Amino acid sequence: MSPVKEPSANPLTLKERMKVPRQHMPEQAAELRVMNFTEVNLGYSAELAKREALRCLECAKATCVEHCPVGVKVKEFVKLVVEGNFLGAAAKIREDNVLPAITGRVCPQEDHCEGACLLHKKVESLGVGYLERFVADYEQRVGAPMAANAPASGKNVAIVGSGPAGLSAAGDLIQRGHKVHVFEALHEIGGVLVYGIPEFRLPKQVIREQIDKMREMGVEFETNVVVGKTVSIDELFGEEGYDAVFIATGAGLPVFLGIPGEHLNGVYSANEFLTRINLMHAYEFPKYDEPMVDLHGKHVAVIGGGNTALDAIRSARRLGAEKAYVIYRRSETEMPARIEEVKHAKQEGIEFRMLTNPVEFLDDGHGWLKAARCAQMELGEPDASGRRRPIAIAGSEFEIPLDLAIIATGTSANPLIQSTTPGLNTNKRGYIEANGDSQRTSRKGVFAGGDIVTGAATVILAMGAGRRAAKSIHEYLTTGEW
Amino acid sequence: MFRIVRAGQIAPGIKRFLIEAPRIARKHEAGQFVILRLDEHGERIPLTIESANREQGTISIVVQAVGKTTHQLNSLNEGDVIRDVVGPLGKPSVIKHFGTVAVVGGGVGTALAYPTTVALKRAGNRILTILGGRNRDLVILEEEMSAVSDALYVTTDDGSYGEKGLVTDKLRALLAEEEIHLVVAVGPVPMMKAVADLTREKGIHAVVSLNPIMIDGTGMCGGCRVLVGGKSQFACVDGPEFDAQDVNFEVLMQRNRMYREAERRSLESYQRSLHEDEARSETGACLMSGVKS
Repeated sequence: MSPVKEPSANPLTLKERMKVPRQHMPEQAAELRVMNFTEVNLGYSAELAKREALRCLECAKATCVEHCPVGVKVKEFVKLVVEGNFLGAAAKIREDNVLPAITGRVCPQEDHCEGACLLHKKVESLGVGYLERFVADYEQRVGAPMAANAPASGKNVAIVGSGPAGLSAAGDLIQRGHKVHVFEALHEIGGVLVYGIPEFRLPKQVIREQIDKMREMGVEFETNVVVGKTVSIDELFGEEGYDAVFIATGAGLPVFLGIPGEHLNGVYSANEFLTRINLMHAYEFPKYDEPMVDLHGKHVAVIGGGNTALDAIRSARRLGAEKAYVIYRRSETEMPARIEEVKHAKQEGIEFRMLTNPVEFLDDGHGWLKAARCAQMELGEPDASGRRRPIAIAGSEFEIPLDLAIIATGTSANPLIQSTTPGLNTNKRGYIEANGDSQRTSRKGVFAGGDIVTGAATVILAMGAGRRAAKSIHEYLTTGEW
Repeated sequence: MFRIVRAGQIAPGIKRFLIEAPRIARKHEAGQFVILRLDEHGERIPLTIESANREQGTISIVVQAVGKTTHQLNSLNEGDVIRDVVGPLGKPSVIKHFGTVAVVGGGVGTALAYPTTVALKRAGNRILTILGGRNRDLVILEEEMSAVSDALYVTTDDGSYGEKGLVTDKLRALLAEEEIHLVVAVGPVPMMKAVADLTREKGIHAVVSLNPIMIDGTGMCGGCRVLVGGKSQFACVDGPEFDAQDVNFEVLMQRNRMYREAERRSLESYQRSLHEDEARSETGACLMSGVKS
């Protein structure tokens, strides 16, 4: 990991670069943003972006690139930012990532590029996500033409699901000259980006712009089609005439805790709570028809420690919740959420009740939730996930008064496609079996990737699977070999 | 966009729509439903498919105006469009030869029971149908149901048509005199609960079709969960039909009340806006006539 000696546009010496502090991302003040759903992060100015880019050590062995699930050429695009060639930088990212404005906002960079950054070990890592977002937004503002697609191959690919895995595959396949048709079950394109991630973290407008770019590139989208119900995989190959199908339907069914009282009014799955708010705009009721219970002055808790949990509880806060808790059975160190989201949540007055596990939801006598009875936990030996196993402390139970509880502890496989597609193998947990490199399934011509294969993961990991699938589909379509 | 090919009133506050939806028509099986969203600001609501015509690529639905969305839907007519229709969702009804099947339809629930009845008849079952409603106007699809039934009985709460009383009174009487192998009940939740209680007492298999609050309809949100046999089940993917005697109807009713206040507000503001529109156009008409005179 020795820094390069090749000529660089960067006028600073390595020592000087390390003295430049990481440039702070301007953001809406916490006390203001808890009253609205507009984006928290405001984005870099060109000046801030250039200054941040100057911090790159331009390592010969770019570990940031190696650690990116889609292989974004971080070092090269950051160099273009230093040179002030922002459109060039955006084009460079697009070679590997069709959704830079989205990943720049929601990717857990600390687990990938920024975690691998040499600066991370010495001072603070390079703000790769912030820079990615800046160039993507710049490109959108200025309006750059998309790179031309390869000549038409005459092959048709169906993509099932318009979330990150599906979109990423669609972008790569259309550039390789194939006809691409994306089926979406809901009424809007974007999958979890639309129903799962709130406006204050990923504005819908940003998603729409990225989708519009894909439309410009020639990708076709069809909403309101539940593959497995509206049309089967066999029919896609038969009467609909597709040559290959990529299944990217996402994580699926919410998992409940299996504790008494989960059917009470006021107990939600995070998927339902977030879908009401994000997809259905319940926070704009009655302008939009979808209702949400009035949270003003209410006590709300989310159970879980991932990004979904924080998205849900920060949404509840914005809807007026007076007390907003994150209830998590391990400690903060084990929380899978992005570091920035944890920081933002704390600034917004979210209380973290760590090492706490609900054992029962209590009825107010009218069928509504009034409290969660919780056990205090301690950490024991590491479990299969490598994290220390939480163990309930005997006799530690106590009550937290609550009006609303949102369960964000995970999802299980949605069986809709598997159950209607003969010959498609699944694993013990019901997820589709697919090769980790080629994303090929047990059915010829059928590929699968993202959460429907791995179980719930992140946007960028799903996009990585989409890219691998696209490469593999392209190989299959050109060679005909399975 | 999904075009309404035909729309017609079949009872006060109840309308039938024929909608162009070729993909759904091709795959529909009895017992399945669609979710629709009227416009950009609309909510998603589930509605059972009454029938489908594969050749013409149409499906029909029967809608009773209850809340804001169903009122707004019932204001639409031939040529209007519905922004989103997705389906067919849910598991199809179990259709096989049971023997004698009693079909109980309460109010608009009759339209939901209709396709299942047709399929059960086709499978060689003897069909005894009981239709009920608060009054004569709310007994719907009598002719259609009669065509697929070996016998048909009508009850009304007020006695304005058929026998005075509840569908369960008639069902109790039939169970006493006939050997019935299956009861299919679709209607208001209290009616389905009463059928469940009665058939449990008599030890007869009964199924009901549930219609809880739903959003995506594909199992993703879990909003439609119902307590069946003590376990959480999702009506959209595990149902909508369940064994009647396993369903916890109290929890279903309680969850259906969750947004009652918001739903009331929504309907009121919709109706207010309609009146304002009417008032505006009337004022407009007066001004116009003023000019003329």
